[in-house]
Amino acid sequence: MSVLAYGVAAWIFCVGIYGAIISRNLIHLAVCLSVAQSSTYILLLAIGYRNHATAPIFKGFENRTKAVDPVVQALTLTDIVVSVTVIALILALALDAHEAANTVDPDELVGMRG
Amino acid sequence: MAWILPLAVAAPLLAAALLVGSDHVAPEHFKDAIALLGSGTATVCCVLVLLQSERRDVLHWFGGWRPTGGVALGVSFVADPFGAGMALLASGLTLTALAYSWTYMRDAARPYDALLLAMQGAMAGFALTGDLFNMFVWFELIGVAAYALAGHQVKELGPLQGAVNFAISNSVGGYLILIGIALLYGRTGALNLAQIGHELAAHSADRLVVVAFTLLVTGLLAKAAIVPFHLWHADAHAVAPAPVCAVFSGAMIELGLLFVARVYWATFEPVFPGPPIRSVLVVLGVVTMLVAAVMCFLQRHLKRMLVFSTIAEAGAILTGVGLLDPTSLAGAANVVLSHGLLKAGLFLVSGLIVLRLKDADELRLRGRGRALPVIGMLWCAAAVGLVGVPYLGVFLGHALLDDGAGSAGIHWLQPITMVSQGICAGTLLRAGARVFLGWGAAEDELLTPEPEERVPERSAFAPAMLAITGVVVALGLAASVVPGLERRSEAAARRFVDHAAYAARVLRDAQQKPTPRLPYDVPRASPASIAYGAGATVLTIAVAAFGLWHRRLPDGVRRAARRSIGPPVDLLRSVHSGIVGDYLLWIVAGTAVIGAVWAFTLT
Repeated sequence: MSVLAYGVAAWIFCVGIYGAIISRNLIHLAVCLSVAQSSTYILLLAIGYRNHATAPIFKGFENRTKAVDPVVQALTLTDIVVSVTVIALILALALDAHEAANTVDPDELVGMRG
Repeated sequence: MAWILPLAVAAPLLAAALLVGSDHVAPEHFKDAIALLGSGTATVCCVLVLLQSERRDVLHWFGGWRPTGGVALGVSFVADPFGAGMALLASGLTLTALAYSWTYMRDAARPYDALLLAMQGAMAGFALTGDLFNMFVWFELIGVAAYALAGHQVKELGPLQGAVNFAISNSVGGYLILIGIALLYGRTGALNLAQIGHELAAHSADRLVVVAFTLLVTGLLAKAAIVPFHLWHADAHAVAPAPVCAVFSGAMIELGLLFVARVYWATFEPVFPGPPIRSVLVVLGVVTMLVAAVMCFLQRHLKRMLVFSTIAEAGAILTGVGLLDPTSLAGAANVVLSHGLLKAGLFLVSGLIVLRLKDADELRLRGRGRALPVIGMLWCAAAVGLVGVPYLGVFLGHALLDDGAGSAGIHWLQPITMVSQGICAGTLLRAGARVFLGWGAAEDELLTPEPEERVPERSAFAPAMLAITGVVVALGLAASVVPGLERRSEAAARRFVDHAAYAARVLRDAQQKPTPRLPYDVPRASPASIAYGAGATVLTIAVAAFGLWHRRLPDGVRRAARRSIGPPVDLLRSVHSGIVGDYLLWIVAGTAVIGAVWAFTLT
């Protein structure tokens, strides 16, 4: 894999975090966080990628078949599960915010400061 | 006996699953019993592991995937006295919180107990794991349980803001950690701490390793409430239910600092030169202590005050880790123990205040605490424990920190720590005197106004809650004079910083030289430490008196003070804006600055 994948991962991370920083809507913010987190999927998969290799399933293959790294794929799966949990929670909080304060703008949720 | 190790994590997680699974089916008492049983079993396991780890590290490989030929593929738990002690503190505080919540949160929504149990298991796993990705999973599990607990009364604005800021900031911290782990895996093909260290040591450190290290450390510091990553903590802790705050402040923040220390000594110690890391960590710790002390003084919301005092103490603990020598590390560990117990006690007291007086605002509560002498005495006793009065509360930890800083030749560190401690403890005593004695002015323009908050009506008040709180505070106060604790923590710290012995134990299953049996005594503190303790005491009284009666100062003095100190204090206040976008910007900027400093100094 070329440098391109790493560049894409870095770019997506920056875009996601930038979106989260300027966001004025909790649902938009949750999506920005998923974008930022998807950069970690690309990074992980890029790290485990081998040119001209198959998926890491060895049943029925010669044991010496060149395969991509299965560890990072397991990590990515775990990462996705974690991400889904967090996003679900933030969306639930957005719903509650809409109900309690009739807004989904994080800047208007401010009760305490200083 | 190594099979006990995973039980400390599995028991609360199983209990949590049982609780959720038996919802609507089992009677309430059965579920309470399950919760206390799961948490209690894990706590007992932690005690056993701690006792066993005193002589040598306890090791467990999941699924029997032991390393072969010095290459570790499996996931390991490694319990040294600090890891096991941290797991015990976290488990013990959660057990306390569960017992306290029995009446306090009687009307709580269903998943409350299950969330606390999940958090307990995750914290124990975080403290014990020897594997980076495993650490990340526990980090996220602690986070998810904690967001839900912080936003427990989510129908109100305050808890919503706290939970949202917590969830978003902590997630971004998690991404930083994950990217760091991925880069390290790409470089070394390993996830085990010792294995990564072994692979890295074969090459000289380049910028990639520096970036990975920076991302890991900053992600952990975001969990550990270190300036400038601390902003969301104040919002989240101030609004969570009191027993949950006790766990957050007493154990969760400290876990991040424990892992900073672990990842440095288990993995990066042979790769990086010490001085740049020492400078950055000590400076961060000092800035944290000072910023948090000032912010603490400005608060009138009792719980928000306690959070800033915790953040100041986290700064002190970070300096203990950052000095990179065993004496300071032992000091940091002792501060974690004594401060964790005392701060948990203070939060439990604040829960009792809210329960009895239906408010958590220092000025509105002025004099209303006169009817509650026992609660008042508990609050003041715990606050005195945080001063660092010789041989009381946090004194032992800070005395060891003083020794470590002195031997490292950093003589300006102890006075700064003393000032920070004095301001924080003085603020707590000021609040105690105002609420429980009715001293001081009824209005104070120095303090940050907070919005009126509707405190949930609860009628439960069991003497058991008072007794639990009393026991926690008493344990915290006595932590400086436990016979043999100082020698044991110093021995544990020497083992913690021994990278070669850790790698040999994990990768080649080498038997460590067992720590010899140590006497049970309380060594005499150095005269310098006693002087600093006395100084902190004097300062505490001065700060408390100033907070109560500063209006009696001559007008000229007050005007001059307002002109000189006013603008920077207002600036500091405005940084704590409560807006999550600002917090993320601070996290990104802090990471970039730390990374830039290390990129030029570590290679």
